[in-house]
Amino acid sequence: MNAPANPATLINRAARATPPGLAGKVRGLSDKAIAWLFISPTIVLLLAINIFPLIWTIQLSFTSYRANRPNAPLRDVGLAHYNDILTNPDIWAAMQVTARFVIATIIIQTVLGFVLAWLIDRKFRGSGFWTTVILLPMMLSPAVVGNFWTFLYQPQIGLFNYMVAFVSGIPPSSFQMLGDVRLSPWAIVLVDSWMWTPYVMLICLAGLRSIPDYIYEAAEVDRASKWRQFWTITLPMAMPFIMLAVLFRGIENFKMFDMVNLLTGGGPGSTTEVASITLKREAFEKWRTGYSSAFAIILFVTVFGLANIYVRALNKVKAR
Amino acid sequence: MSHQPIVPKAPTPAQPQKRLSPRSIAENMATGLIGCGVVMLMQPVSLMLYSWSFAVTLLGTVLFIVGSKFPE
Repeated sequence: MNAPANPATLINRAARATPPGLAGKVRGLSDKAIAWLFISPTIVLLLAINIFPLIWTIQLSFTSYRANRPNAPLRDVGLAHYNDILTNPDIWAAMQVTARFVIATIIIQTVLGFVLAWLIDRKFRGSGFWTTVILLPMMLSPAVVGNFWTFLYQPQIGLFNYMVAFVSGIPPSSFQMLGDVRLSPWAIVLVDSWMWTPYVMLICLAGLRSIPDYIYEAAEVDRASKWRQFWTITLPMAMPFIMLAVLFRGIENFKMFDMVNLLTGGGPGSTTEVASITLKREAFEKWRTGYSSAFAIILFVTVFGLANIYVRALNKVKAR
Repeated sequence: MSHQPIVPKAPTPAQPQKRLSPRSIAENMATGLIGCGVVMLMQPVSLMLYSWSFAVTLLGTVLFIVGSKFPE
């Protein structure tokens, strides 16, 4: 077996292998210049895949550009697209559908996630195993989750309908989770909650584990009941973490696309047409690229604003 | 009967008043504006509020970016 190489030897070998011209140039550079040299590939990549498309989208949002007619003369429309979007009742309705999804998923995921974290934090036998089992859905790809829940929701062969039939006695083929106007929003909320509650649980668990034991010991000495300990110690001290989870899930669900697209595609009718589905329709079905760019910028500014609040909340949690 | 010596209580030191820095004022205002903008964007009550939501969110975001450069 070969002995591990000595780092000093490696450095000497690297120094010998560097062409003298290049070595001379690098040696002549300041520390700041070398730092720039190292980060420049990342900056170039970021500019190419993030900043340039963003600037291009902003520019397109003021034009009548259509991606399916790239050679058509480009017309400057000013703020007309923004004005159209912000006075369009259909897009307003899509925003309300998004809001309903965000509110429903956040409430369910936060309550369930916190309860699960509180149970897991009690360190019972096999808690590590159960933590792993609970975390499994989060590790799956949304595309896979969307596809297999489509099968689970099938009225004829779907396991979900059979389970509901088993519990409630309703015939399994008498209701369609994805085809019914009343049930389809809840079908998506259920899948999203199944997938992302473990994430909220993980954040809440970090919050619960950060509470020092001596606070509970002091409360025991003062004869505080478990109920009072929960309301005066556990919940207030875990609250920054809960807020962090709420904010993160809020941002993620605001731009929810994959799950809705795979499960319902925005239907039946426009019951589950969230903002990102409307955006996709405008961009790739109606080919109104300029219009959809303006819509994308509106969504981007909203998410960017929320992300700023998220980072601020994160810094507060870090400072604690 | 035992007599406990009366120990005079030490005066509580005056708490230094917390002054909000320009940065935290700007950040708080920006957070409020962004929150208002998001609520205005998604509320089902008034189309006029929806129409102004983007301007409010944009203002809040710009204020946040500028305000976070202020000294603590």
